[in-house]
Amino acid sequence: MDLMEYQAKELFAKHNVATTLGTVVTTAEEAKAAAEQIGGVTVIKAQVKAGGRGKAGGVKIAKTADEAFEHASNILGMEIKGLTVNRVLVTPATPPVEEYYFSFLLDRANRSYLCIASVEGGVEIEEVAKTNPEAVRQIPIDAGTGVDEAKAREIVADAKFPAELAEQAVEMIQALWKVFVEEDATLVEVNPLARLEGDKLEALDGKVSLDENAEFRHPDHEQFVDNDATDPLEVKAKSKGLNYVKLDGAVGIIGNGAGLVMSTLDVVAYAGEAHGGVQPANFLDIGGGASAQVMADGLDVILNDSQVKSVFVNVFGGITSCDAVANGIKGALEILGDEASKPLVVRLDGNKVEEGRAILNELNHPLVTLVDTMDGAADKAAELANA
Amino acid sequence: MSIYLNSDSKVIVQGITGGEGTKHTALMLKSGTNVVGGVNARKAGTTVTHVDADGNDVELPVFGSVAEAIEKTGADVSVAFVPPAFTKDAVIEAIDAEIGLLVIITEGVPVQDSAEFWAYAQGKKTRIIGPNCPGIISPGQALAGITPATIAGAGPVGLVSKSGTLTYQMMFELRDFGFTTAIGIGGDPIVGTTHIDALEAFENDPDTKAIVMIGEIGGDAEERAAEYIKAHVTKPVVGYVAGFTAPEGKTMGHAGAIVSGSSGTAQAKKEALEAAGVKVGKTPSETAALMREILQSL
Repeated sequence: MDLMEYQAKELFAKHNVATTLGTVVTTAEEAKAAAEQIGGVTVIKAQVKAGGRGKAGGVKIAKTADEAFEHASNILGMEIKGLTVNRVLVTPATPPVEEYYFSFLLDRANRSYLCIASVEGGVEIEEVAKTNPEAVRQIPIDAGTGVDEAKAREIVADAKFPAELAEQAVEMIQALWKVFVEEDATLVEVNPLARLEGDKLEALDGKVSLDENAEFRHPDHEQFVDNDATDPLEVKAKSKGLNYVKLDGAVGIIGNGAGLVMSTLDVVAYAGEAHGGVQPANFLDIGGGASAQVMADGLDVILNDSQVKSVFVNVFGGITSCDAVANGIKGALEILGDEASKPLVVRLDGNKVEEGRAILNELNHPLVTLVDTMDGAADKAAELANA
Repeated sequence: MSIYLNSDSKVIVQGITGGEGTKHTALMLKSGTNVVGGVNARKAGTTVTHVDADGNDVELPVFGSVAEAIEKTGADVSVAFVPPAFTKDAVIEAIDAEIGLLVIITEGVPVQDSAEFWAYAQGKKTRIIGPNCPGIISPGQALAGITPATIAGAGPVGLVSKSGTLTYQMMFELRDFGFTTAIGIGGDPIVGTTHIDALEAFENDPDTKAIVMIGEIGGDAEERAAEYIKAHVTKPVVGYVAGFTAPEGKTMGHAGAIVSGSSGTAQAKKEALEAAGVKVGKTPSETAALMREILQSL
């Protein structure tokens, strides 16, 4: 789960990383009031889970409270990388003397963690990494031993943080490490890590991604879920425990196993090339247990997507047996009754496929078409969506 | 021959008394795997009753620890069906007991737990497969995991895949040829055995004549595997990558791009594999057709 800046800063503050929280507001009036209360020059920052906010016009300096009102009314409702801005953060403007970059993240290749640090931070860090890679230090972290004071000193020396800031940096790095391990993060990034007037080091902006697999030991992370920025169908699917992602096409997809479902999206998109360019409408992985209820919940979500014209159910029965899936489809059609109004193309293979196909053949439902192969079924579903 | 797992393997199950453990112990036995016992500290000293491949009842002992199970049975493979919150401890226990191969089926393990047990495993004797994987099957010899043993028999193809159901799909597509070993390494950001490890093992296995490698979007494991293939693999490799139409992740921050220099897209992975001389199919069936051509020309 990716956090917004203000949420990341809340976690920073919790672990004593020097930062300024500011005030999060949802209206221009509240932005004005917050700016008045802060006093002086403020920054109005769009709060969305995407990078490049500044370049998109989502970060503005306000000299007065009236300007704060004006910027907030422009930024609220703006779209940044497809995400609508529903909140802005109002913070005191504290222009940095220098901008540094700092992050902890997973290092998949080495199956460990990595620290990236540079004294040439700011929004152009990726460019710096390309043109002057030596200036962007990558320091491996041993997942067994982590970051203690000695390791923090090693990082500070390696990245060549200015000597007069070294002690502050050592402390901040250890605090950021606490954010990383104690919150089960997969990314903790500070950019810019700012040197302010008076040689004060502060996290001016932050990005944190949390590991959803670790939610069971962090019940408090529930507060970071942002339902109003998520598609309503995705919210509904999540409430039913379904792994669903809304896309823009016309062929609804239900399958088992993330790899097979991703592959199904691809196969439908290829098949769609011959049928007016129809595209998959969603990703939906019903996982191992395709009970009637799970199938009904899945179909219910997909059939409520007004863009969907046909549905492709693609199941390879590994542990799941195809007769259970077929009974799931049968039960789902009974549960949904007249709500089920779009054609269903079903491809079953694997464990108990004959039994599964027999159940659907016997059902002989006018909306259900059984096709033997994945490619053939994708073609049929695309054809029906283009009809 | 096969890789990592063969007919001599003696398998124990960590979590043998749980729902998944019970179900898959039965299926592993049915496939002919030599399952010799299991572990559950709270039920140590009891037994569980199953049926073996010949239809005979077998009483499997439940031990208090992996170390005890190894001592009493000579087990060299463990399959873990342990809930995510307890997986790290179960893995460390198995590593300390020096099991040769540990297959972690569990889905939903916190990635920092995986990073920790991977760090712990370095320099020790245990090969880890998973977590969040279907495990490994050497058809006709043994199954350590949840892959259906009925899909395909023994043959000349080696298969390595991130995804479980795509492993099954590809085994099904090539069931007339069969497999030395099919291994699902798992889709988590941090896994034990990698594509590269499996490629190396298949290259060294005389019975494996050709290799199918299945990847999916995210990370740069496929790109690194492509480099490895170019430098070290002489056997024909066919590839498949899932996720061309998957929604682009709303990646946060700059850190990921700085590290890998790769976008992690299916297209980037396909191009990297093709540049290494790997034929890449657009769909699972096209991938199978490419492999079929190769096998017929061998």
